[in-house]
Amino acid sequence: MVTANPELAYNSKIEGDVTVTRADAAINWLRTNSMWPMPMGLACCAIELMASAASRFDIARFGAEVMRFSPRQSDCMIVAGTVTYKMAPVVRRIYDQMAAPKWVIAMGACASSGGMYRSYATLQGVDRILPVDVYVSGCPPRPEALLDALMKLQTKVRTERSWKKNFSAA
Amino acid sequence: MTTDVALPTAVSQQFPSATPRTSLDCPAFNIPAGDARALLKHLRDTLGYDFLMDLTAIDWSAGQSPRFTVVWHLYSSTKHTYVRIAAHCATDAEPAMPTATGLWAGADWHEREVYDMFGIKFTGHPDLRRILMWDAYPYFPLRKEFPLAGLPTEMSDADINAETGVGVIAAPMAGGPFVATPGEPMSEAEPRAKDETWNEQREKPE
Repeated sequence: MVTANPELAYNSKIEGDVTVTRADAAINWLRTNSMWPMPMGLACCAIELMASAASRFDIARFGAEVMRFSPRQSDCMIVAGTVTYKMAPVVRRIYDQMAAPKWVIAMGACASSGGMYRSYATLQGVDRILPVDVYVSGCPPRPEALLDALMKLQTKVRTERSWKKNFSAA
Repeated sequence: MTTDVALPTAVSQQFPSATPRTSLDCPAFNIPAGDARALLKHLRDTLGYDFLMDLTAIDWSAGQSPRFTVVWHLYSSTKHTYVRIAAHCATDAEPAMPTATGLWAGADWHEREVYDMFGIKFTGHPDLRRILMWDAYPYFPLRKEFPLAGLPTEMSDADINAETGVGVIAAPMAGGPFVATPGEPMSEAEPRAKDETWNEQREKPE
């Protein structure tokens, strides 16, 4: 039978109702573990994106299962698929509508570089119009690769100077 | 595929201007642009070719005359046979063709696509706008003189153009074009980088 071990838990009787940490640590902890994606599903990569959300791969393990179809409620745009020049201004506008802090994952060869579509109609890499944080190789990448990208992004966010960046005047 | 053996005589009786067109499969006819609509209507109403399979065009490249040819593929749902009709556009600089939207509602988007890619105007079309590229796009990409990599121009949204300063560029072609190679096993024929002796740093050998 499992019993709670009070020695390892926070004991408010001894230590009081106060805990001390760095602001960055607390803010980044919140941000990393509830990074809601904006699914910018434009081609076949979006199928793998859906697979990542389903039970076998379960992106919910990393706190990113809440696909928000409103840019106002999302933190991380996952550009999954071929971005045509006709679609590019729309992608950028949706990115602009997202509330800061916001991040971008370029999922797959097309979003990262245009992929095999070296043609008049295709944007040659979404980094021409968006600041991309993580690129995922593959055509399409497997769901594990996307989860790896998400974990890399979480590692990046964990080391950000969030307080200084967002709350100080300088 | 069965062939409609009575079709050539049936067409040439009604339309003396129709001439046989070289074809490896179904019967095919050339027809002057002015008679095209009447022939299509005759095929649909009298000869049973009630389904417009495809509507496309050919660019025989600049300098050729006639330069543009519009092609219709029809199918008979009763006889289960096909027929192909081709008509040259009268002028090469401002190609035009009578619309088939009154005969088949499905011709609408096909003609918009042909207009988008070749710049052939379908006279009488109810809503002739671009369908794949955005409205302000200045080129017709399937014309022979248009390069696969594309030509520099602006994207459709003025706000975003001003904000990003990014426009349409000619796609880099090092290692490309990334097209399937015919005649190889599927695993070898897939689109992939081919000639990698040159890249952005090293000039293409002539």
